[in-house]
Amino acid sequence: MKHTLSVLVENKPGALMRVTSMFARRGYNIESLAVGPTERHDVSRITIRVDCAQTSLEQIEKQMHKLVNVLRVQELVPGESIERELALLKVAATASKRAELIAMAEAFGARVADLGAESIVFELVGTPEQIDSFEELVRPHGLKELGRTGRLGLHRAAGRANKNRPTVLV
Amino acid sequence: MTGADAILRCLEAEGVTVMFGLPGGAILPLYDAMARGTSVRHVLARHEQGAGHMAEGYARASGEVGVCVATSGPGATNLVTPIADAWMDSTPLVCITGQVRTHLIGTDAFQECDITGITIPIVKHSWLVQDVRELPEVMRAAFHVAQTGRSGPVLVDVPRDIQETEFDFSYPETVSLPGWKPPRRGHPRQITAAAQAVAAAERPILYVGGGVLNAHATDELLALAEKGRLPVVTTLMAKGAFPESHELHVGWPGMHGPKWSNWALNKADVIVAVGARFDDRVTGKLSAFAPGATVVHLDIDAAEISKIRHADVPVVGPLKSVLHELANELEPAQDRTEPWLRQIADWREAYPLRYGEDGPLLKPQRVLEVLEELGGGRDDVVFTTGVGQHQMWAMQYLTCDRPRSFISSGGLGTMGYGVPAAIGAKAARPDATVVCIDGDGCFQMTQQELATAVLEELPIVVVIVNNGYLGMVRQWQDMFFDERFSQIHLTQTLPNYALLAQAYGAVGLTAETEEEFREALEQALSAGRTVVIDARVDPREHCFPMIPAGAAAVDTIEFDASEREVLAP
Repeated sequence: MKHTLSVLVENKPGALMRVTSMFARRGYNIESLAVGPTERHDVSRITIRVDCAQTSLEQIEKQMHKLVNVLRVQELVPGESIERELALLKVAATASKRAELIAMAEAFGARVADLGAESIVFELVGTPEQIDSFEELVRPHGLKELGRTGRLGLHRAAGRANKNRPTVLV
Repeated sequence: MTGADAILRCLEAEGVTVMFGLPGGAILPLYDAMARGTSVRHVLARHEQGAGHMAEGYARASGEVGVCVATSGPGATNLVTPIADAWMDSTPLVCITGQVRTHLIGTDAFQECDITGITIPIVKHSWLVQDVRELPEVMRAAFHVAQTGRSGPVLVDVPRDIQETEFDFSYPETVSLPGWKPPRRGHPRQITAAAQAVAAAERPILYVGGGVLNAHATDELLALAEKGRLPVVTTLMAKGAFPESHELHVGWPGMHGPKWSNWALNKADVIVAVGARFDDRVTGKLSAFAPGATVVHLDIDAAEISKIRHADVPVVGPLKSVLHELANELEPAQDRTEPWLRQIADWREAYPLRYGEDGPLLKPQRVLEVLEELGGGRDDVVFTTGVGQHQMWAMQYLTCDRPRSFISSGGLGTMGYGVPAAIGAKAARPDATVVCIDGDGCFQMTQQELATAVLEELPIVVVIVNNGYLGMVRQWQDMFFDERFSQIHLTQTLPNYALLAQAYGAVGLTAETEEEFREALEQALSAGRTVVIDARVDPREHCFPMIPAGAAAVDTIEFDASEREVLAP
């Protein structure tokens, strides 16, 4: 089963490597990873998507808590959290195809980020599932290049934002 | 003062009395500072791996943090094995390495190596000091992290120019690590649940690991066992954590544990794991391990809970207070566990340790029996071992009644650990006679540290259980690879260990019979000098009983005289 973990780490050299190294060493495969600043200059957020069983997830959380640079580990449970991803897609589009593709993109809320004689670059912010759908839709038209940021998430605005989910009573 | 002087002032402030190391280019300023003066004794090793294992031996014998020092590049990479060893066995270690000057980092400079990167998977934390003003804080944090929570190794990498930079030094009183919050006490509700589980058990057992020693909780363990009349098995890491001559001690679990010990653990209805981690060498085939048992797991490290075996009652916290509170909640046992204890005693009688007593050659087990006779159960003897058959025989035949009197490489299984660990243990326990029980293969991996033992006046006794083979590999090739012996013959006579010892200024003795060995050992134990005894033993001996890797306790292979291996010509 797939899980999204939101990890707050001290903004220190090597912090990301310590987290990712733990995944590699313990044999867990990271599906996507997004790292960036938070509201505090000394704290970074790592959003990790991992495919593993529930018991492995608990093990991952506990192993991460042991890392000195890790401040907090939370699972972003579907329904209780917002997840978004940014994708850039370069699609083959001659002049005759342009209008059709742009109309399709509008239905998804994708914007035209760049336009050339032979192709269009779309940018799309959405749930990872929405991006999957859009990707599928444009693929037959000739998907030349694709880049995705990996998912980013936060707890929802209404309540439960600070809900910790301890797996072991300490 | 300079960064280098500051490192020494930090060590002094932490109460460090001895460090183990070897100088080199990038750590020169620190060694120069030592020459200017420090209260910390420096023991000069012959190889950085030796320095690392000495620091481990020191830490394990003293219960304090071990400190080792090495230069950048190869000096630092030579520390990787001891760091990995300390990681696996939760030994508190502060490793200080020199690094190339900050402006050279990343340029593949001479003796540059990304040691913080290399060691990330095997340290609790590490620091590359980039500003000398951070140095005191980093050193303070390093000692704090190494010994709080689950103990383990940390590394501080200090570029040469940082060591040379002048700054205003002050040692911080507190440490600021917002992400480091080891549990401070066990949850009372969980402790009550644990007490209830133990009270309801008909066949309870305490399965004790090295965590009890790191937690300095051996008195609390003894009190709990006695109050509940609970039998105790101790792992290799915990040998001596519970007095082995105590009536409630029922041996050592695992691959080469006596059958009765494994029976007791596997047939228990409640297993209380205390600072132990259900290592595969203990459990064997997991699905067949103690299938009927309810598991109460007490550990400082939440990540050990249900990592291998599901814990029905987890208690995360420092073992000293957890064991104390658990004992308080437990009603005195009365006679409830007596039938179970009698059952274990019956197994003990039915399945004693056995070995072949045929032939004229000295038996390795006999060597251990003589060691036990002359040195076992003594307060003033500390044993260390290498890894392999001799280690398992040491576990089987030696009695250790005192915590920290048996020091062995458990998790990593590091051959060559014994000699340097013994030197470190001697530095921690100058009053004690430190005996390293080694194999001939192990000894040859770190034998150069005999020079350290002799010149630094840290005398040790080394007993080489010399069968001329990589014995445990030989045993596996014999038992599981159809006797196809491959690359294991070291020979019993090359090198001549007695002459080698003498070349290092130590006493070298050779023993080929029990009488010769007994005489040599008596001499060694009272010599007050470094002595190497080359005990030439029957190479055919296997270590039994044995649960093959991945098998269950019911698959135990015992010694069978009718299946004696014929020595290949």
